[in-house]
Amino acid sequence: MPGKPKLHYFNGRGRMESIRWLLAAAGVEFEESFLETKDDLTKLQKDGSLMFQQVPMVEIDGMKMVQTRAILGYIAAKYNLYGKDLKERALIDMYVEAIIDLNELLMTHAFQPADKKEQHLATIVDKATNRYFPVYEKVLKDHGQDFLVGNRFSRADVQLLETLLMAEECKPDILAKFPLLQSFKARISNIPTIKKFLQPGSQRKAPLQEKDVPKLMKIFH
Amino acid sequence: MSGKPRLTYLNGRGRMEPVRWLLAAAGVEFEEVFLETREQFEKLIKDGSLMFHQVPLVEIDGMKMVQTRAILSYIAGKYNLYGRDLKERALIDMYVEGITDLMQMILMFPFSPPEAKEKNIDSIKERATNRYFPVFEKVLKQHGQDFLVGNKFSWADVQLIEAILAVEEKIPAVLSGFPQLQAFKIKMSNMPTIKKFLQPGSPRKPPPDERYVETVFNIFKK
Repeated sequence: MPGKPKLHYFNGRGRMESIRWLLAAAGVEFEESFLETKDDLTKLQKDGSLMFQQVPMVEIDGMKMVQTRAILGYIAAKYNLYGKDLKERALIDMYVEAIIDLNELLMTHAFQPADKKEQHLATIVDKATNRYFPVYEKVLKDHGQDFLVGNRFSRADVQLLETLLMAEECKPDILAKFPLLQSFKARISNIPTIKKFLQPGSQRKAPLQEKDVPKLMKIFH
Repeated sequence: MSGKPRLTYLNGRGRMEPVRWLLAAAGVEFEEVFLETREQFEKLIKDGSLMFHQVPLVEIDGMKMVQTRAILSYIAGKYNLYGRDLKERALIDMYVEGITDLMQMILMFPFSPPEAKEKNIDSIKERATNRYFPVFEKVLKQHGQDFLVGNKFSWADVQLIEAILAVEEKIPAVLSGFPQLQAFKIKMSNMPTIKKFLQPGSPRKPPPDERYVETVFNIFKK
């Protein structure tokens, strides 16, 4: 029964945000069901909806998909955002896996105890500016094209933009030394589907506030 | 230049072992370069071989591939171990990702302090028997086929047999409540390419020991 994909998660970014970005970038409308309490999670677990008892879970094309990477891979392939052949796919995967590594760091920042926050931010900035951003800056410089892979819009572009914006939320001038990433950011943000997603009122979620952390811990622990 | 894929990593399992398994299962011969010192590692970084300054590195088809999942997906795609269509691929990905979460616990185990080791074994046992193994037991029971997806050998089967054997090394009786997985284990172990990989002298690496842990600290210390 064709319908919109339905996303099951809490009302926040977490591991579902990349999925929201990719669906939005592909121009796919989706519904969301928010977990508010531990009971909401338990109910989903008990009715067999969650293969490994975890969210994210996305109902799409008759499947109850779990595992963020599996979901992203399916959406990317379905909507032709995964390159034109195995080798482009390999490049996209390499770029995306590193972005996910950086995202993990960014995502866990809100959960750091107060005495570890500053050190954690320093680690984020160090990895972002010394390990990850230089790679994408060079890729863009070397081929001079608008998109990361194959001169064509792909999931790599979407996921990189998402991460660049999140990194800027941590440190507003983090892109200071990366002119091509700055122009990439402007360019990709102007793609109509993405521009729409970046406007207020879209399904894009706000950064996690410290006050929300206890509620989250209650649902997942 | 032999044309065989070339793997660069430590002389141990770590994050490269699933790659060794998959190439071996696909019947693909490969070469290995072992990192023994920090200097070797730094040289690789300096000469630009490591896209994100990390190993695993697999040189294959003219590419210097990094990021374990990217490497595994490429190999699976190239050797027809990734299902027939998007939906089979989705299923394989879900299964592989779940198994990878379980394997992550095994991967991290050698690096936990001695006083936490018993608790960690209990956690591995709990997750394996309550969260992960029941899923695959049920999948095999429901379709009654030899392989997890689409009645055809795939990456998911290779990942699962690797995980079963790795968990059994820590918890020998872990499959006792899982008859389908016991049969699966025997069937997979008897597939010619996998049987060969399970024999002494193959590229399969032994479980990590103290020496391996020490090498990891020496090479990757921050």
